[in-house]
Amino acid sequence: MKKKKAVGAVITVFAVLLGLLWLIPLIWLVGTAFSVPSFHMTLFPTTSFTLDNIKYVWNAIPFGTYYINTLILVVCTFAVQFVTSTMAAYALGVLDFKGSALVFAVIFMQIIIPNDVLITPNFMTLSELKMVDTKIGMMLPFYGSALAIFLLRQHFKSIPRALADAARIDGATTWQTIWRVYMPCAKPAYLSFAVISVSYHWNNYLWPLIVTNSPANRTLTVGLAIFAKSKEANMQWANVCAAAFIIIIPLLLAFFVAQKQFMSSFVSAGIKE
Amino acid sequence: MKTYTKKQRELKKNLVGWLLVAPSLVFMTCFTVWPIFRSIYLSLTKYRMGMAKPEWIGFENYINLFQSGLFWKVMGNTLYFALITIVPSMVVGLFLATIVNRKSRLTGFVRTAYFYPVIMPMIAIASIWMFIYMAKNGLWDQLLVSFGRKPMNVLSSKKTVLPAMAVMYVWKEAGYLMVFFLSGIQSISEEVNEAARIDGAGSWTIFRRITLPLLAPTFLFVSTIALTNSFKLVDHVVIMTEGAPNNASTLLLYYIYQQGFTNFNYGVSSALTTVMLLLLMVVALPRFLSQDKKIHYN
Amino acid sequence: MRKKIALVTAASLLASVVALSGCGGGNSGGNSGGGDNASQTQAQAAGGTETKAEGGGDTASGDAMHLTFYYPVNVGGSAAQLIEALCNDFNAENPDIVVEPVYTGNYDDTVTKLQTAVQGGTPPEVFVSLATQRFTMASTGMAMPLDDLIAADEDGKEYIEDFLPGFMEDSYVDGQIYSIPFQRSTMVMFYNKNAFKEVGLDPEKPPTTWDEVVEYGKKLTNENRYGVGLALNSGSAQWAFTGFCLQNSENGENLMTEDGKAVMFDTPGNIEALQFWLDLQNKYEIMAPGIVQWTDLPTQFLAGEVAMIYHTTGNMANISQNAEFEFGTCFLPGGKRQAAPTGGGNFYISNGLSEDRVQAAWKFIRFMTEPERAAQWSLDTGYVATRQSCFETDLMKDYYEELPQAKVAYEQIDIAKPELTTYNAAEIWRILNDNIQSAVVGDATPEEALKAAQEQATEVLAEYQ
Repeated sequence: MKKKKAVGAVITVFAVLLGLLWLIPLIWLVGTAFSVPSFHMTLFPTTSFTLDNIKYVWNAIPFGTYYINTLILVVCTFAVQFVTSTMAAYALGVLDFKGSALVFAVIFMQIIIPNDVLITPNFMTLSELKMVDTKIGMMLPFYGSALAIFLLRQHFKSIPRALADAARIDGATTWQTIWRVYMPCAKPAYLSFAVISVSYHWNNYLWPLIVTNSPANRTLTVGLAIFAKSKEANMQWANVCAAAFIIIIPLLLAFFVAQKQFMSSFVSAGIKE
Repeated sequence: MKTYTKKQRELKKNLVGWLLVAPSLVFMTCFTVWPIFRSIYLSLTKYRMGMAKPEWIGFENYINLFQSGLFWKVMGNTLYFALITIVPSMVVGLFLATIVNRKSRLTGFVRTAYFYPVIMPMIAIASIWMFIYMAKNGLWDQLLVSFGRKPMNVLSSKKTVLPAMAVMYVWKEAGYLMVFFLSGIQSISEEVNEAARIDGAGSWTIFRRITLPLLAPTFLFVSTIALTNSFKLVDHVVIMTEGAPNNASTLLLYYIYQQGFTNFNYGVSSALTTVMLLLLMVVALPRFLSQDKKIHYN
Repeated sequence: MRKKIALVTAASLLASVVALSGCGGGNSGGNSGGGDNASQTQAQAAGGTETKAEGGGDTASGDAMHLTFYYPVNVGGSAAQLIEALCNDFNAENPDIVVEPVYTGNYDDTVTKLQTAVQGGTPPEVFVSLATQRFTMASTGMAMPLDDLIAADEDGKEYIEDFLPGFMEDSYVDGQIYSIPFQRSTMVMFYNKNAFKEVGLDPEKPPTTWDEVVEYGKKLTNENRYGVGLALNSGSAQWAFTGFCLQNSENGENLMTEDGKAVMFDTPGNIEALQFWLDLQNKYEIMAPGIVQWTDLPTQFLAGEVAMIYHTTGNMANISQNAEFEFGTCFLPGGKRQAAPTGGGNFYISNGLSEDRVQAAWKFIRFMTEPERAAQWSLDTGYVATRQSCFETDLMKDYYEELPQAKVAYEQIDIAKPELTTYNAAEIWRILNDNIQSAVVGDATPEEALKAAQEQATEVLAEYQ
């Protein structure tokens, strides 16, 4: 038994060390973002604390606009997905209507083939719709979400029919049944999907990069990439770290606060990020 | 309430069903189904910036691609990168899951430490790691120098550029895979383990003989998402190397992007997209043939 | 039951409407406001009419003509803020026109954004792009020839003649002027005078030949410092390479024909030039092996990790502000001859605009290239002033007195030639860069690499023969 305890202790120590190793990039990022730039890169800051880097990038990049754009993108995408997916999930999970196999086929197609790889044809569609460089253009391909439909359908199916029947006898319409019976019961599924959807769109890059041309529509990731790739040459790691910090901080804080929820969301939605 | 015949009720149900799926279906059709067919069609045409409409050329794009060394190099890179990211990130993910699956006050901290890269944007991660990998002054090269080695400038050598990106990728992805393994391990009932323990089996034997076999479906599932993710994520290439040196780090999706949005060669870009579609379908195949898909889907 | 169906129908319609209207997402069209370096929030530009004109542009009224202006920034310093300020000045002076500057990243990003904007049907009216893009701009119909505008101006002829010939040279496509020089640069050598003194070299005598580069480089190289620095990443290597090839050519032949339809990559002189690079790295070991990034090079120079770098004059402001040592600049050392590449961005006007928009765009270009303004722009950024008359301004004279290092670039223009400029420029650039890199990482000999580059480029250009 003693041996077992020793082994346990060793594993714990190792786990912690590995965890610290995993934290190094974050430690460096935060340390560099908040210290006076130097020509020599160090893991831990050697120069004094400063807010100048943050101030500089905040003024050099219209982060305010990018934040608003990203928020609009994330919120609106989720809002629409919420409505469209609820409706579809109800139809597929509860109604069992004729021809639903076709819908399933489309859903599976989207699960196998993520939108990310269809950038070329989707961009062409978007330019025909005259929606290049619009916020809506950035969101459009994500309004129909196979993942959300799948998740919700799973949940809806597990809800006893009796509840729905009872509501119907009370004279509830389809919409009311969804609203009063199904949606409240599926709260965990909604929450999971919200986490997935928000973190996906907060972090998404390639599609917003292609769609947006102007700062009025750019997202945080696109703004950061432009900044990191620009030929600003002056000890840029301090500035890039500061810019990265500004971008990651909201999600990171949310994660530190609700890490259990985040992890279980990713598990339950493990079809794609 | 009026009474309806069974047929009428059926009809109504179907109608309601279709109306409810309509919005989702429209969007999915426009942005998933239609572009698939469109890529296939465009891949058979010559279509560049400045041309009014695509010009049918049959399989010329494919023939040119298959004859070009660059295409095979990119395919090789893509598969190589998939291999060197998936295997290590699964091994590390499983390992992290086993050490996290213990009752300890530190577990929460450790789990957080492993998982946080998952929710960071790849763009930010790549921007940061670019400096870590920076020649000479970067943290990695400094580490090497402090051990008396020569600085490597890993991103500029064709041998090290993809492995270097893979290390970053594993760092980002392992925590993600960890949570799947964790849920897989936790779904194995404690009684099985207990029974084995009574029979005198050690922890390692239990892990090897019980945990691993029972995790088989999780493995299958995790490997397909990991594979798909490695194909679809190229943000790091855009930031760190743009394919350098000499396309040693050009991955398929980046090549699609480059052909489509730098060279504005939609025909070639579509042919590459079609190749990518085929790849993804092959990846998805085992998942559909497998009986165990219910584990995570239902 | 009927009610239910109606309700569901309504719901799905509603969902579609919500989806399509996108929560008030701004369809910015061609009227998106503001630039990257402005911290102020942009007006949403919902209909395009209420875009806020910043700073001095308050006079802009609702019915003023809006022009979108895409511009890249490729160098350090605060060039983006300067562009914003210049646009504000223009808007204040021209209440009937509102130019909205849009920062579009580096040159490569800008080309991509231009093309997506054109595809999306909302091209910017006026934009800055590489001079080397002009064949592509002309052949794809993205930009318009400017000859008629120039001819219509009373002083049009003098205006064009006032530009330095070295810059004006790469504005023509088939005899027509497609672009006007703006943020132009040339490659010079920056060197660390303190390091020169330290190893016993005369800090006032920078290298003038390749041999001297090697000789000095050997002296300057030590454990913590390389003698020579060149950026070999994609998009940079081809620029320096143009310089080295020009220096090694018998009669100053460039990498391409003037009409942009053919390239000459694999000449013996060019192979020697590439071999020279490899020698710097492998034989003499005075340059960092592998690929150093364009952006990292000035930082390394400023940190004292490399003593002589080949870089753009556009970095002058950055280096002079941040150098903690005495630095000098000089002409690029010559091989068989002295030569240097020019580079940088020109103004273009989009094709297919209405006449009044073209006029407004032209007015803007004329405004931005006025001698005083071009001189100020040069001072603030380190770009070379583009016009003869700029150098007669007091501004310029004082500047050169204060920072003699900056004058080198101007003097060098006489011996400078345009960088690699062809049709399908992005693709050709990529081909050359990839193959140069293949030699640098040891996949191919210089000869094999340049032969491959020649072959691939010829294939791409075949359709223009």
